[in-house]
This record gives sequence, C-alpha cells and structure tokens, in this order.
Amino acid sequence: MNWKLSFGIAITHIATKKKQSIVAMLGVLFGISMFIVMISFMTGVNRFLEDMAMDNTPHIHIYNPVTINEDKIIGQTDSSKNGWFVVHHQRPKNELAKIKNGLLMASLIEKIPGVKGVVPQVSSQVFFNNGPIQIPATISGIDVRKQDELFDLGSKMEEGRLDALLKGSDDVILGRGLAEKSGVRVGDKVSVTTPEGYNLLLKVVGIFSYGIVTLDDTKSYATLATVQKVLQRDPSYVTDLNVKLYDMQQASAIKTRLKAQLPGIYLEDWKEANAAILAGEKIRNIMTGVVSFTLLLVAGFGIYNIMNMNIVNKMKDIAILKATGFQGKDITAIFLLESIIIGVAGGLLGLLFGFAFSYMLSVTPFPAGTFFRINTFPVNFIPVHYVLGVLFGFATTLLAGYFPALKASRIDPVQIIRG
Amino acid sequence: MEVVLKATNIVKYFNEPEPFQVLKDVSFEVKKGEFLSVVGKSGSGKSTLLYVLSTLDTDFTGGLEIRGEKLNGWSQNALAAFRNEHLGFVFQFHYLLPEFTALKNVMLPALKLGKYNEVEVEERAMNKLRMMDMQDFALKLSSKLSGGQQQRVAVARALINDPDIIMGDEPTGNLDKTNSQIIFDIFNRLAKENHQTIITVTHDPDFAAGSDRIIEMQDGQILAT
Repeated sequence: MNWKLSFGIAITHIATKKKQSIVAMLGVLFGISMFIVMISFMTGVNRFLEDMAMDNTPHIHIYNPVTINEDKIIGQTDSSKNGWFVVHHQRPKNELAKIKNGLLMASLIEKIPGVKGVVPQVSSQVFFNNGPIQIPATISGIDVRKQDELFDLGSKMEEGRLDALLKGSDDVILGRGLAEKSGVRVGDKVSVTTPEGYNLLLKVVGIFSYGIVTLDDTKSYATLATVQKVLQRDPSYVTDLNVKLYDMQQASAIKTRLKAQLPGIYLEDWKEANAAILAGEKIRNIMTGVVSFTLLLVAGFGIYNIMNMNIVNKMKDIAILKATGFQGKDITAIFLLESIIIGVAGGLLGLLFGFAFSYMLSVTPFPAGTFFRINTFPVNFIPVHYVLGVLFGFATTLLAGYFPALKASRIDPVQIIRG
Repeated sequence: MEVVLKATNIVKYFNEPEPFQVLKDVSFEVKKGEFLSVVGKSGSGKSTLLYVLSTLDTDFTGGLEIRGEKLNGWSQNALAAFRNEHLGFVFQFHYLLPEFTALKNVMLPALKLGKYNEVEVEERAMNKLRMMDMQDFALKLSSKLSGGQQQRVAVARALINDPDIIMGDEPTGNLDKTNSQIIFDIFNRLAKENHQTIITVTHDPDFAAGSDRIIEMQDGQILAT
C-alpha cells in the first residue's frame, strides 16, 4: 500500500475542507484540554489534601486504646460451665494509656529497615483556662528535635521558634486558633488543667498553624518532660509512638510485621487514619474518569459525524479512485489518515491549551477562607497525564474514523458512476 | 491481430426492483488496436455490458478474458490492481477529483501504480496533458475547468498508465460538437498509432460511424456487429 499517496490525498481533503476540519479538530482539542485540566486539578486536590493530612499523620501510629476486656473474670469460674452469666454495662479497667517500655520499643522499631524514625509522645486531654472559661484541647509532649525532623513542625511555626521549647521548662506552643481562644500571645502564661485535676502554669513560647482549623484550634505541644510533669507521671510514661517511614506505601507491610512482634499493642497506619480523605480521592478519581471519558466520547462522535458526512460528499471521488485502480484498503487508509491527522493535530493543540488552562488555574486565587491554608488552586503538572491525553485522543479518533473509512472502502463504484 | 478482450456467454440480472435479465448470453471479441463503438437504445444493456467488461461490476455469469487472463473470481483488490495497470476510463460526467489540480488528477493512477517515481510520473502526466492540448491548465484546480477541458483531462488520466484498453461511457455525451471531435480524434489516433484498444458506449451516431466497428445492442443481446 502506498501510504505516502494516501497521506497526500488525505492532506488535500483536509486542506480544502478547512472549516469542517477545524470544527472536528476543535472537538478533539476541547476534549483533550478539558481532560488535562480535569486530571491536573483533581490530582492536585488529591495531593494537596494528602500532603495536608500527612503533615500531621504518622505513617504508623502505635498506642493503647481504651478497651473493654471481653474475657470476663467471672467466666473463669467453674459456675459458668454449666450456666450462663450476664454483665451489664461493663467498665474498662483503670489502666494507664501508657505503652509499656515505650522508649525502648521506639529505639527498637527505629532499627527496622524502611523506618525513618520514631517519635515517642505523651498525649492527654487538657483544659486551657482563660479566666473563668475552660477551653478543651490536647497537649502532646514530644521529642522536639525528632518531631521537627520527621514531621517538620518547625516550618509550621507562625510566631516564636520551636527551639524555644528546649531552652526552658514549663514552656508550650499553641495552635493559632487555640491561642486566640485562650487570649494569649507569645510570652504570656497560660494555666492548664488535666482531667485528673492537676494544674500547672505554662509559658507560651510559640504559635503554630497547620492550616487545618480542627488541628489549630485544639493542639498544643511541649517537651516530653513538661507534659509528664503536667500529668504527674514518671519519665518512662509514653502514650504514643509515631512512626515515619521512608516510603509511606510500605506502611501496611511494616505494620503487619510489627503486629506480629508486638502482641497486645494497637497499631494504625495512615490509610486507616485517613480513610475519609482516601475515599474522597477515590470519588474524585472516578469523577475525573467519567467526565474525561464523556468529553472524549463526544469528541469522538463529532469526528464520526463529520467523517461520515465527508464520505457521503465524496462518494463520486471514491468511485473514481476505485475505478482507476485504488483498492478498498487504499480508500480506508485515506479516510483513516484524515481522522488521524485531525485527531493528532487536535490532540497536540489540546495538550497545549490544557497546559495553558491548568497553568492559569494554578495561579488563580482560591478563596478557601481560613479553613485551608492555600492561596491558589492546587494543580499538578505530571507528564504522564499529557501522554495519556494524546493516547486517548489518538485512540478515540482512530475508532471514530475507522467505521466511516470502512464504509468508504465498501462503496460500489458502479452504483455511483451509473447514478 | 491478437484478441485483447474476449467475452463469452455473459448473463446478468438486475434484482431490483424486480428480477430482470439485462444481458442475455452476450459473446464477442475485441482485437488489439480496434476502435469499437457500442450503440443501442436506453435500457438495451450497453452500459451494463461496459461495466461488466470494465471489471467494476463482478455480479454476472459468463467468461471475461482480458490480455489472455481469465478475470472470473478475482478478488476486488486484484481487479483494482488490474484496472490500474491495464484499463483506462473516461466517463460521461468527467469525474475528476475537484480538490486536485488537473496535473495531479492525471498523476494519481500512476502514483498508485508506483512504476515510476514522482518526478517521472509528473513528466509523463505533462506529456499526456500536452497530447490533449491541456498543458496550460495543468496547475489549475480541476473544478475550475470547463466541461470540455475536464473531459480532456479525464482522457489524459485514462492514458497515464498506457493501458491496453480505454473504455468510455458516453465520453462525448456531455460535450459540444467541437469538443466531441477532439475526443474522437484522440481516440482514433490512439487506436491507429499506439494500437490501444478503444471501447466506447455512445449515443452519438457520428462518433459511432467514425469508429472501426459498431456493436448494436437491443434487449440485452447483440443485434449486429
């Protein structure tokens, strides 16, 4: 088959039907560019939400949950073997939330390959007192250096410095919202009450902000020793171990491994902790897929229609080409090449426009209010999306052009020429 | 003279709107270099016969032999290649491709054949156009030419691959006296000088009278040759 000849004829057809070709091309252009914008924006949103959540979420979180012992003591007595018992409204044991040998465990977990680091933490519900008003919050005692290294707390500081925590004792940093509610500024003192009723005066040395209201309104950090002191606990008292991995996708595997080694300890990976965000991500991915597919389908139908019309208009030409010796496959090639040229041109232009639109979106201010700390629309620029766009566009036009082209190749020249 | 085309017992039916026998056992031979006219009234089957001979219409029974090759049962693709190389067509309504120049129209069948490279094909096409006295219009879009000019370009196209047989379906049916005469002279010259065979269906008695032989059709049969 003479591709060059078919290509030449296809180009001539396109060039002489400029308007029609441009309309078909615009369909593809629109489809592909919208596909690019959609997927760039959606994955941008996904990444933004994930980043925001992951800032604060350990890859694996180890803690002691409040549990109710299912193995009732009464069940261990002989009487239960030939009877039954009912326990109404069982209460949990007065157990400490403490992880036994937490600090030792932390240093052991750090040696597991794939683990970047472990931050031991003491967390407790507390009240911040603002005159007669009590503001519920949590206070977390942390290893300041490690927390900064693994969770980048230093970069979240709005006022004061994270290092200030290390300089004295009884110092605390507050979330932006919490500080406002407590009516304190850096340098002020704030009174903290624990659920057990212990009271302590802490000095505010910094204010941080994650950009997530629920966190900024309730979180505060101090050194391990300070929080242990607030809670009146010994220095081995640790309630949480936050594990950071090199590769967060390894979380499930390492969690399973830890679980086998640490029976009786509760582990949670980031996927469980962020199930809502991941579900949102899934929905956005499906939406992106459906909308992109629809756009491409519409573009495909556009090409299909235009090519069909084109072929009806060119019946005579096809008949004469066949009469002078062009074979069915030559005719197919001519019309298929026409749709491919339209598809590729429209697709490449679509990428260009898609990129331009995405760029414009990425610099457009995003009115998120105070809820998210974000200035412009989150947009990803990932080459794979662009490759996908071209491939989809190509496949759509190929498919849309194939059936009309096949129809063209089946035209019976005698019928056309004899009229 | 050798026989270039041989039709034996050709029978063809039209099925629509109702079964109707258009060609009834038509047999004849055409010799190389012969200028043959097929005449007859409308509905006599002369055009149908031409399309059977042209290999475009394969829905018939009987034998068709061109250049000693039996063409029955050939695939459409093989027939297309055969037409490309050995047959040339001139139709009543010229049927040029409107988007292409006159020159390109003439070149296309030769480019398809691929026997010569593009430069040679262009040169040959110019020669054919010169033969038709159409060289000055070579680079004009064919849709911009007059009817007579288009028909001359169509003849040039029919000649581009130096076919053994040139078939015409009322090639002068749409032309005035002068243009008809030009086409006739060219056909006559091709037959006499190049020994190319001409088979034309025509309504024009003068055109037919000037040819070497006339086949008269009536009701799907050859009345007289």
